[in-house]
Amino acid sequence: MRRSPAALVLALALAGCGGDDGSAATASATGEPSSGAASARSLGDVTVLAASSLTEAFTTLGEQLEADHPGTTVRFSFAASSELATQITQGAPADVFASASPATMEQVVDAGAVAGQPKVFVRNRLQIAVPAGNPAGVKGIEDFGRQDLTIALCAPEVPCGDAAARAFEAVGVTAQPDTLEADVKAVLSKVILGEVDAAMVYRTDVRAAGDKVDGLDFPESADAVNDYPIAELGDAPNPAGAKAFVDLVRSATGLAVLAEAGFEQP
Amino acid sequence: MRRSSGRVARPGALPPALAPFAALALLFLLLPVVGLVARAPWRTLPEELTRPESLEALRLSLVCASLATVVCIVLGVPLAWVLARSDLPGRSMLRALVTVPLVLPPVVGGVALFTALGRQGIVGRWLDEWFGVTLPFTTAAVVVAEAFVALPFLVISVEGALRGADRRLEDAAATLGASRWYVVRRVTLPLVAPGLAAGTVLCWARALGEFGATITFAGSFPGTTRTMPIEVYLALQRDPSAAIALSLVLLLVSVAVLAGLRERWLGTSA
Repeated sequence: MRRSPAALVLALALAGCGGDDGSAATASATGEPSSGAASARSLGDVTVLAASSLTEAFTTLGEQLEADHPGTTVRFSFAASSELATQITQGAPADVFASASPATMEQVVDAGAVAGQPKVFVRNRLQIAVPAGNPAGVKGIEDFGRQDLTIALCAPEVPCGDAAARAFEAVGVTAQPDTLEADVKAVLSKVILGEVDAAMVYRTDVRAAGDKVDGLDFPESADAVNDYPIAELGDAPNPAGAKAFVDLVRSATGLAVLAEAGFEQP
Repeated sequence: MRRSSGRVARPGALPPALAPFAALALLFLLLPVVGLVARAPWRTLPEELTRPESLEALRLSLVCASLATVVCIVLGVPLAWVLARSDLPGRSMLRALVTVPLVLPPVVGGVALFTALGRQGIVGRWLDEWFGVTLPFTTAAVVVAEAFVALPFLVISVEGALRGADRRLEDAAATLGASRWYVVRRVTLPLVAPGLAAGTVLCWARALGEFGATITFAGSFPGTTRTMPIEVYLALQRDPSAAIALSLVLLLVSVAVLAGLRERWLGTSA
């Protein structure tokens, strides 16, 4: 089974693009004493599997953990939560799993792969993404029912697709997508390339894409808010590293970085 | 046949020292397939296979791979001819360029197709402006993506066959008064038939399994662009055993088709 490296390539590219605000956030965050245990001991290698939408914020937090604990290396794999859940239940060696929906976390919990209880650490809201300047003149969520627009959505198997379906249901719109992508970053990339007129992604993705993508808020996004749970994994090769990363994410510093990226408090 | 004494092995036979490697290679190729078969959810298999989504994806895969193969033959044979027979300057450079889709990660191939044929692409922009044609996210885009990645397989096979063909036979036919087209149809093409057949089979197989360029350039929508490999990829996130069932179908269908074709085309020469 080949996995799509698209998400990863793009995630890396975006992480590079968003580096500016990201490092600024880190700098301001490190100015004040970090609320996690700031012992300068190396934590070794920490492997974190996280939803694509967490790419920018978690990359920043990973760098922070590495700076707080010299010698520590935080490795990330960002992909669709559902894909990561499959990887974990298939025995992928990892320390932490952060998912974009409770349902995908549930899969991992049911497989007995989680140590303790997953905790919801942020929430994310959907936003309409259009190419910069909104060339097709998209006004709101109702436009997703237009046949003449080229529209990208997440596949219903993926949390962002599930959230979008809830939003359309709340509005009573029958969406007319042209493609159902395997993860939210793949959807976003179609917008960045200007190949679709409108897409439904997370607010955080629109922010991460910078000025290449415009975001439109819609009132019904309140019906399409996803909770993000995080958990240390039962078979973690590095339980201490797992705990340190989860603690950092849930600390005031972590939440500040996540808020900077556009996430909301649970 | 001076060497054919009783003690010496048949010339051309595999040296015994290499036999374990051949066995290992076979094992390496077959073991994952055995794994698929062993893990297949046999009880739910019929149900999984008759789901409309599965059938639709299978039909789309077969149609698109076949169309892509036709495109590859029509465009690829003339290109192979140029590479094998012409004295074009920079021919070796051209040959290297033909293999680009082989080394390009398919997803990058998909992005490249966007930049060329997408709505904002260097050619696609004009297609949109002049003819109102936009390729991405259509079934045609699937065929384009598959043809792009599969074309080198056909070109390289046919080029090899053309180089190996005995040109004296063509010269003889021409000397006997055959027209150029007649030589092509009755002498050259039959001479390269095994190479063409092998290239076609490779090309079709590569197109059928295509994933990265397709999901990037054509997207994924049931019935129009969601081919079997993409259906399998999504099923893996929903229910891994369904993904195995679908993989098995794709495997069975492709092996059946390839075995059938091989029998017919290469029955004597292989």
